[in-house]
Amino acid sequence: MKRKLSLFICILMLLSLITACGGSQDSSATADEDVIKIGVFEPLTGMNGGGGLQELGGIEYANKIYPEVLGKKIELFVHDNKSDQGEATTVVTRLVEQDKVVAIIGSYGSAVSIAAGDIIRNAQIPTMAASATNPMVTQGNDFYFRACFLDPFQGEVMANYAIEQGAKTAAVIMQNGDDYSVGLGNFFINAFKELTGDDNSIVDISEFQLNEADFNAILTNIKAKNPDVIFAPSAATTAPLIIKQARDLGVESLIMGGDTWENPAVIDVAGADAEGIVLSTFFDENDPATEEARRFVEGYKEELAGSEPIIPAVAALGYDAYILLRDAIERAGSTDGVAIRDALRETKDFEGVTGIINFTEEGDADKNIAVIKTVENGQFVYIDTVEVK
Amino acid sequence: MTSQLFMQQLANGISLGSLYALLAIGYTMVYGILRLINFAHGDIFMMAAYFMTFSIVTFKLPWYIAIIVVIIATVALGVLLEKVAYRPLRDAPRMSIMISAIGASFLFSNLATYLFTGVPRGFPDIKVLTTTVKVGSISLSVATLITPFITLVLLYLVLFITNKTKIGMAMRAVSRDFETAKLMGININRVISTTFIIGSALAAIGAILWGSRYPSIMPLMGVMPGLKCFIAAVLGGIGNTTGAVIGGFILGMSEIMLITFLPSLTGYRDAIAFIILIVVLLVKPTGLLGEKVTDKV
Amino acid sequence: MIINKKNKLILNILLFLAFATIIILLDTNKIGDPYIKRVLNLSAIYAIVSVSMNLVNGFTGLFSLGQAGFMAIGAYTVAIFTVPLADRAKIFYITPQNPILAQIELPFVIALILGGLLAALVAILIGMPVLRLKSDYLAIATLGFSEIIRIVFTNTKSITNGALGIKSIPQMPTMWVFFGVALLAIFIIWLLINSSYGRAFKAIREDEVAAEAMGINLFKHKVMSFSIGAFFAGIGGGLLATLLATVNPNQFYFTFTYNFLLIIVLGGMGSLSGTIIASFVVTVGLELLRFFDSPLTLFGVNIPLFRPGLRMVIFSLLLMVLVLFFRNGLLGQKELSWKVICDWFNRKKRKKPAEGGRA
Repeated sequence: MKRKLSLFICILMLLSLITACGGSQDSSATADEDVIKIGVFEPLTGMNGGGGLQELGGIEYANKIYPEVLGKKIELFVHDNKSDQGEATTVVTRLVEQDKVVAIIGSYGSAVSIAAGDIIRNAQIPTMAASATNPMVTQGNDFYFRACFLDPFQGEVMANYAIEQGAKTAAVIMQNGDDYSVGLGNFFINAFKELTGDDNSIVDISEFQLNEADFNAILTNIKAKNPDVIFAPSAATTAPLIIKQARDLGVESLIMGGDTWENPAVIDVAGADAEGIVLSTFFDENDPATEEARRFVEGYKEELAGSEPIIPAVAALGYDAYILLRDAIERAGSTDGVAIRDALRETKDFEGVTGIINFTEEGDADKNIAVIKTVENGQFVYIDTVEVK
Repeated sequence: MTSQLFMQQLANGISLGSLYALLAIGYTMVYGILRLINFAHGDIFMMAAYFMTFSIVTFKLPWYIAIIVVIIATVALGVLLEKVAYRPLRDAPRMSIMISAIGASFLFSNLATYLFTGVPRGFPDIKVLTTTVKVGSISLSVATLITPFITLVLLYLVLFITNKTKIGMAMRAVSRDFETAKLMGININRVISTTFIIGSALAAIGAILWGSRYPSIMPLMGVMPGLKCFIAAVLGGIGNTTGAVIGGFILGMSEIMLITFLPSLTGYRDAIAFIILIVVLLVKPTGLLGEKVTDKV
Repeated sequence: MIINKKNKLILNILLFLAFATIIILLDTNKIGDPYIKRVLNLSAIYAIVSVSMNLVNGFTGLFSLGQAGFMAIGAYTVAIFTVPLADRAKIFYITPQNPILAQIELPFVIALILGGLLAALVAILIGMPVLRLKSDYLAIATLGFSEIIRIVFTNTKSITNGALGIKSIPQMPTMWVFFGVALLAIFIIWLLINSSYGRAFKAIREDEVAAEAMGINLFKHKVMSFSIGAFFAGIGGGLLATLLATVNPNQFYFTFTYNFLLIIVLGGMGSLSGTIIASFVVTVGLELLRFFDSPLTLFGVNIPLFRPGLRMVIFSLLLMVLVLFFRNGLLGQKELSWKVICDWFNRKKRKKPAEGGRA
């Protein structure tokens, strides 16, 4: 009986294998002519599932607003990379080989983007990372571009801002094992030391673990050293916990973070304790830098329909990544990978949601402006625009 | 090190330790009776936190009613887990039951990711629990302050049930000798269900206190606390409720003390639990308070 | 057909030739595409790791959950030693690489074997104390060690580049690297379990006390099985590193081991052929289930159930169904051999006329 059942299951699996193969071939064969395919790989489950989902929201909204290029409809092929490098390489190969996309957007989290880099370069498919800030993503890769600024820049911006506020000492909290957090934290440390000219100006460097919730011990140590600022680049999942626990412990230092903090989850979870935190980000919802930004803010807020009170910064970047690619395809006038890449390189003063965008040699968005924001009355509020040369 | 800093860290340690202790009781009871590491316990805990969020934020229940609803829902989930994933394997090899437990844990966290997405949710702010009070120069939230007492009261309650009630006697009998207990006419299934009821209820209370202290709820939040609390149970002597509570306190305290005294090693925090586990297993596998169990050949 | 020695040899050669032809065709891009190749390569790596895990769990009866940690050792050894020297400074851009390591570059094969040996060495060191433990204690202790390895790798930044990971690991031009190593590894393990050591392993699995009474040195055999298992897990990890061209400590979170657990449960604890089949079924199957993750529109109606995450729910549900209802997996402790296949066909033949007669 059991043997028969297991045999039955085996046959079922084989059948599904055959049908699925047939199915995927069908869809790729018929739709070749009348649509332009753009692939998206984002972590929709796993450790970075939250951020990936928010970024995807921006990309899909952009697709709704600008559904066409070169007179053809743009079709998005979205795949989940599970926040896992192995999975990321597989889905990107799938996008390239099976879905036959002409360009790719992704991914939230630098590690998965780096893993996909070689495949993208070999296949010559221009790819736009929306929010992967690690320098290694685009390094030595002609076909990888990004719409956001880099960790070194952001670290410097925050160090500058801290010093402008009269800070003499700083403590840094990083997530052990998270490349974004460790990268940004280290750049901040270097910039801060250089700007103060004092190696002892960083009074404490603490690391916390994956999925950690308890920061009391770290924060108690920091409290004893009483730094002027605490810089804690971290994901939106942990940021509110750090902020809340710091305030509960009576830490009065200025708490600062990176772009990931501009996330409704931070205010939602940290509540009143989020008041007064400072973060650097890409754009200001209330004072749109460009016409595009104004339209995006109005339109996307309506789209979200109150499900998220504030537009996550990664959604804005996802949107930008999409319109940058679309613009390049339009200008290239073809779907050839090399042509699109060259068009991307020639991007000049492109009006994105997150500012005016040009690309550097490495393919990074050449942004020298960051927006500094704080939280007031449960809202992200613009304080300053910082320019770094 | 100032004494003030030390006192604050001590408070941090006790409060974290008491949360670990609450969860560890659930592990130790299930292990004591079924000889099974209930890998899904941490996920039950995670689900309880989501239940709480939904009952307050979505269904707008007052918190005192929500707590009761959440405990009932979590207990139902725990009993269901036992009925579906563990009961059919009662006579199967140990390895199968453990794989089933791992599978259940895997299923719960995937299900939570699917249903609630990975975007973190805020835990409802229960003012009674989250108000900050200052004791001397140490600041503590009410939840931090009362967690150790709640843990001790619940420990007393569990000890009362296991030592003084009829079902408790049955539980002890089953834990001592499964087969003989069965022969003596003890309803094994009822005993095991009761164990899961108590364990899940404690996980629910743990989740509520945890959420008030660490109010970011996400699908993977139960994984590490789950593993650590099992380790706490092993440390205290698996099967021994008092031991589990002591183990929880020791584990919480050693994590905090590592950061207090060796701040350069903060990156190794999660390793502490596993190192303690391995040392205990090698030096005294029965744990601090565990009884010597002889293997029946 | 009757199975005798000569027939068997012919069949084996035919099978190998068929296999080699497929690989050569894939390799020269006559059939398939890089996506299919990648999935197959991944399956081959999973087959190595799963078979090594089955050696420990299925054949020796030691419930070990440390495979992810051993893979990390292999993967990092390959990563550290094979990245071209010129690329090192760019990768280790925050904490410079240890000056001694920064000068060493090894050929892939040597780095791969070194990775396996290091994994085996660590396994011996871990195994000596831990293998005294019984079933679930052993499981949790090995899981703990796997996590400790990951945490150490995250923190030793001058060696592993910590959280930032290592990229630009040279990639292999041919599928033979993966399938050749897989064949070799499986063949060695097959030889092992059919040797006197293998019989000792199985004796330990069936009854430790009896095995000891028969004069089997429990400790020696357990350490042996455990470290050989770790060796091949390390090899698998090294291959994974070259396939992905990048490593990062979070990849080796302990939940990674669950994938291999599922594979050996599906294939049958104690069946090599079952494990190999299961490795391919699971890896390919997970790719096929991908359509569950994208929104589905049937007859113009959006089916709300289909959204990211559903695939993993179905995957874990399958694991539960398997454990609860098909505890022996595909093959249990049996092996798929020509005789089994032949018998199966013969039985069918015999059955058919009987059924016809009844009708």
